[in-house]
Amino acid sequence: MACFLVSAAEAVVVTAVEKNAEKKECKHDGHVEVKETKIPLSRKLKWLTYLLWGGVAMLAFEHIWHGEVTPFFPFLTAMNSPEDASEMFREMATVGVGMAVLLTGVWGGMCAVADRIVKRESDSETKEETV
Amino acid sequence: MTLLIMVFAAVTVTVKWYTRKDDSMRLGILCFLYWGASIMWLVDALFEYAELRADYFAPSPEDMLNDTFLGLSAVALGLVIWLVRLLVTDPKGSVRRMLKQS
Repeated sequence: MACFLVSAAEAVVVTAVEKNAEKKECKHDGHVEVKETKIPLSRKLKWLTYLLWGGVAMLAFEHIWHGEVTPFFPFLTAMNSPEDASEMFREMATVGVGMAVLLTGVWGGMCAVADRIVKRESDSETKEETV
Repeated sequence: MTLLIMVFAAVTVTVKWYTRKDDSMRLGILCFLYWGASIMWLVDALFEYAELRADYFAPSPEDMLNDTFLGLSAVALGLVIWLVRLLVTDPKGSVRRMLKQS
């Protein structure tokens, strides 16, 4: 009914955090400071924002397709009656939260794997230099 | 059916991204977009399966046709979003060159 709103809220927060992290990582000349052995946090957060906004866009499209989102107030057809509204909130608390948690979990796993790949690469480069 | 179409689109784009020669087409964004949608639809499918059990795998032909159209439309929407972003960011400078010429 409106499960994508949970991920949309997370996407807004993560986008704000990502912009803040990018600012902190930036040097005075505007370039992002990148350590060779580590992926910057802002880049990892950017991956999460892409995942979240992509999913939200598609799910919002699906809800428009099924006539659950309207262009006029209150924008959600489920808000027209209290029974539908409570059903919508229940769905947001179960499916919506599930979506946000799984998406964030997948992103966490992705970051861990990416860090390992970068570390492995830098370790092999260090070994080659010492030989 | 929508989930299946989106997963196929995500896998295809990811393979294309992995075998790319340069990053000028910004295929990574399209990968994230499709994978994000796939994960979210997977959760939706899991909850629906928990509710319907075996009936989940026996949709009516009408529902299946509707879901197929929805899946294909979502893939097209993703492509449009990616293309608009590609033209706006213009990593190859093609749009800028064209605007300077005209």
